[in-house]
Amino acid sequence: MGMRKVAVVGAGMTRFVRRALETPKELAYEAAKMALDSCELTLKDVDGVVVGSAVDAFDGFHMKGEYLSDGAGGWRKPFIRHSVGGATGVFSCIHGWMHVASGLFDVCLVVAEEKMSSCQPHPQGAFLTVYDSILERPLGLNLTWIVPQEMNLYMSYYGYSSEDVARVAVKNKRNALGHPAAMMGEELSVQDVVNSEVISWPLHRLDISGVADGATAIVLASEGVAKRITNKPAWIAGAGYNLDTWYWTSRDLVYPVYVEKAARMAYEMAGIREPQKEIHVAEPYDPFTFKELQNLEALLLADRGKAAQLLADGVFDRNGRMPVTPSGGLLGVGNPISAAALMKVAEIFWQLRGEAGKRQVPGSPKIGLAQAWGDMMQAGTVVILKN
Amino acid sequence: MEKSVQLKGTAIRESDIKEGKVLSIEWVPKAQYAWDTGVAIGHFLEELKGGKIIGMKCPRCRRIAVPPRMFCELCYEPNWEWVYLQDWGVVRSFCISYLRWDASRMKEPFIPSVIELEGASEGMGFFHLIGEIDPQEMKAGLKVKAVWKDVKDRVGAITDIQYFKPA
Amino acid sequence: MPLLERISRNTQLKAWEGEFPVQYLYTFGVAGERFFREIKENAKIWGVRCPQCQITVVPPSLYCERCFERLEEWVEVGHQGEIHTYTICYREMDGFPKDSPTILALIKISGVEGGLVHRVGEVDLKDIKIGMKVEAVFKPKAQRKGSILDILYFRPAQK
Repeated sequence: MGMRKVAVVGAGMTRFVRRALETPKELAYEAAKMALDSCELTLKDVDGVVVGSAVDAFDGFHMKGEYLSDGAGGWRKPFIRHSVGGATGVFSCIHGWMHVASGLFDVCLVVAEEKMSSCQPHPQGAFLTVYDSILERPLGLNLTWIVPQEMNLYMSYYGYSSEDVARVAVKNKRNALGHPAAMMGEELSVQDVVNSEVISWPLHRLDISGVADGATAIVLASEGVAKRITNKPAWIAGAGYNLDTWYWTSRDLVYPVYVEKAARMAYEMAGIREPQKEIHVAEPYDPFTFKELQNLEALLLADRGKAAQLLADGVFDRNGRMPVTPSGGLLGVGNPISAAALMKVAEIFWQLRGEAGKRQVPGSPKIGLAQAWGDMMQAGTVVILKN
Repeated sequence: MEKSVQLKGTAIRESDIKEGKVLSIEWVPKAQYAWDTGVAIGHFLEELKGGKIIGMKCPRCRRIAVPPRMFCELCYEPNWEWVYLQDWGVVRSFCISYLRWDASRMKEPFIPSVIELEGASEGMGFFHLIGEIDPQEMKAGLKVKAVWKDVKDRVGAITDIQYFKPA
Repeated sequence: MPLLERISRNTQLKAWEGEFPVQYLYTFGVAGERFFREIKENAKIWGVRCPQCQITVVPPSLYCERCFERLEEWVEVGHQGEIHTYTICYREMDGFPKDSPTILALIKISGVEGGLVHRVGEVDLKDIKIGMKVEAVFKPKAQRKGSILDILYFRPAQK
């Protein structure tokens, strides 16, 4: 295709906390500095900067990218910020990849940041600005009125019970106990999740990931440069992204076809024909428990209607046949939107290099996949890394 | 990225701010909007005032969409054929919510729903609330009908329909 | 046919009104917390020095945006400065006329890269000029909250 090979060569992140003292700039700086230090690069080595941040309304800074720019190393550099809602963090990797694969940059710093705590009375209020101002907001529409409808349809269609989906929270919160940034790692039982407060049936409180402040950063480099920087580059083998209709009421809420389309775009680029066999470790997006299962099926990593059984059988455990969300995910580490999704990419990076510590999946994984979902719940973004 | 790595990021609590241990500043934005409804929704709202629901038909793919739109986003063709729909239909999805937009809890739940209105194309959904039903009785496939406000109280808004109730 | 031509009765075009319902509670960050504490408690303005780039920055930042090093060398920069540029404001933010015009200036603090945006007071409009030497005037301690408004304004430097 005429595109250059690109690798992830460094990564860094802050802790994810419910409310950070740090400003958005300082969060971006801490993640970016750690990422640069991890591969012994300085700002001088960086050709361009890409920033992902999902929702301006969280901290009331319009032109959020420009605000973050100095903390993200963007002073007097080619700089661009993007947003695709919840899908942002994985798209951040793709956006950075475009800059390097095209030949424009040799080294690109990618920073994803979100500070949600400044928004009062609750960051969920900022989502109000996503919905139709004339036909939906006057009825009081909010995120917990849409996602549980999708959850309800999905679970009814495949006959999944609350216990089936609760197992995702149990697995991910347990995995998160091994993550230094985690906000919500804990040992829970399926009953704990099912007995937690009903927020918006069928959604229980422990089915939901926590809003947070945090930032993640990765460093991308072109082939020749990557090999000089590290002997363990994680090559970006596939990238895919897709957007479905904004009219969520006429979308198939059971099957996110836009996730499948994004996955196929990435699989084709990576030369992957049998994802269930060829993907060794996966980080699908898990802001809500059922979402991990639904995404796995749309990513073609589980047959439709079968993900819950595979989870119950232990296939997705860290020592299972295909570990899923070994990081602990959004449910376990926390959900500062853009930073959380890029954290999943960083996790695949660390897993492929054998640097995931307590979270390391056995068997020297060679190919990993990270996926995110967002916007008006219509965007799918997928990245595949190979070592 | 071992568990033992010390990452940056300083957690603070709301009480730290309230007690002045951490300095802060409040900002209340004064952002008000007057959104042009557009040709399609402007007409839709007028029809709601008259107690009717109107959709739009695409000349190419024949899809009847509600809410109506001036172009079909699938075909990318201009649309101009208005079609009246029924004010009853079938529940496609629903949830039972105790949470408001600001994450505060409600005692009595709302029942947000996507309804397939009679006259619209299959798969075309319409968002509204379900009322006059015990939440335990809710199920997909329930036939529901709009409960309108009195004609004197209708202003041309989505709330001219109060909710849909079991038909 | 372009879409706009299809409007036949413009009286039917409506607008739907609404507002942005959220508010914000900002903390100042690691560097900002210390900067505003010093203003609140001691009426002192501090900056931070980057040894690599040889510049002092106000307001102080956790890091140098030019070389990306962590900055730890805090320095007191004093209250003196000069007017780098200014404007005279006749209207409020909502467009209504002010009771009396106010002067907003970019004050370059002596020895510092960058400066502070603030008001200028105790001066006639006709006397204000670029390069004028100014000094900060603080609120009394009991009224200071840890805010940029703890500085009332800058006034012509007293000899």
